[in-house]
Amino acid sequence: MALTESAVLQGLKEILEEVAGIKPGDVEGSKDFSNDLDVDSLSMVEVVVAAEERFGIKIPDEAVSEMKTVGDAVSYIVKAAA
Amino acid sequence: MTLDFKTPNQESRILSVGSYRPSRIVPNSEIVDRIESSDEWIRERSGIESRRFASKEETVITMSKAASEQALKRAGIAMSEVDAVIMATVSYPYQTPSGATELIRELGNPRAAAFDISAACAGFCYGLGMASDLIRAGTAKYVLLVGVERLTDFTDPDDRGTAFIFADGAGAVLVGPSDERGIGPMVWGSDATNREAISLEPSWIEIRDSSEKSWPEISMAGQTVFRWAVYEMAPMALKAIEKAGLTVETLDAFIPHQANLRIIDALAKAMKLPERVAIAKDVRTAGNTSAASIPLAMDALLSERPDLHGKSALMIGFGAGLVYAGQVALLPPEPKS
Repeated sequence: MALTESAVLQGLKEILEEVAGIKPGDVEGSKDFSNDLDVDSLSMVEVVVAAEERFGIKIPDEAVSEMKTVGDAVSYIVKAAA
Repeated sequence: MTLDFKTPNQESRILSVGSYRPSRIVPNSEIVDRIESSDEWIRERSGIESRRFASKEETVITMSKAASEQALKRAGIAMSEVDAVIMATVSYPYQTPSGATELIRELGNPRAAAFDISAACAGFCYGLGMASDLIRAGTAKYVLLVGVERLTDFTDPDDRGTAFIFADGAGAVLVGPSDERGIGPMVWGSDATNREAISLEPSWIEIRDSSEKSWPEISMAGQTVFRWAVYEMAPMALKAIEKAGLTVETLDAFIPHQANLRIIDALAKAMKLPERVAIAKDVRTAGNTSAASIPLAMDALLSERPDLHGKSALMIGFGAGLVYAGQVALLPPEPKS
């Protein structure tokens, strides 16, 4: 079943809260993981692995380095799960 | 045709541990300028507060000798009784003869079998598996295993990804015969598809043939290594516990390669280790000393927690290759002297 953008965003909010203690209210598509949310490169790996498990997809390292914003991650995951 | 010999019914265990930490303590404040960083940034990303850098006089061999002599003394075994010496290192600065042969001469037993192994940060656990098997097969009675590095010789002080991580030191264990099982089966393997994730380049040939490249240095793809070290290693670590006939509930200590505190914490979480299990976190004041990190961390943990002498510990090393090895072993008993 295809995932909707809002379902993925909701999932990412929960993952970011669990992994990095970020309040769900602070997470929006335009937010930059590193500059706005203070998610460093290693936390990003934890987020990605949690997202892989939750959405049943694979996110290779090359794709991780392209994910600058929450919106980038949402679009990648929606496409990968389609 | 059959061969006529007996296989000894012999178990093995770690009899003692010794360590050598270079005298110079290097706080984060000494590292930060060249990598445009801060103490807080380094602590957050690695848990490292300070590390030790070797002086010119603190060579791979002098550090190994000091750690080995301490281990021998604590076990109450003379170097003349040691059959074999294994040195795990990537920073002995000669391709041949091996560092182990220089060490046996310095330790006064130039007739012992001696060789180096190249398994990077997994070197100590590879060596422990070999030492145990040599003893159980009757090939050797006492094996001295040394993990030693002078990684600062091969670290670029301007590299933001590695300059604050790598450091120097030596640790040694004496492995010998035992009536009881003291070293569990080794779980080991590689992921050579990620061979470039940690590298020491260029090669000597490239350096010889190039006017620009003058020295090899370590580089590391941090995210790739982190992902592998946590999510691929946690199941291997659990397998090593299971192979030793224990569970996370009955394990006493966890002494992983001291790569980075973030990896150690994430591994413990992924393995669902109960809080009761003592976790070695020597990386905070030792940095990442590759093959030396596990014996250094073992010695530090035993001095903090003497009640852990003789208790079970899971060790797992993982690094350049990518290669890994882990096993559960009983920690050495209280030192004899």
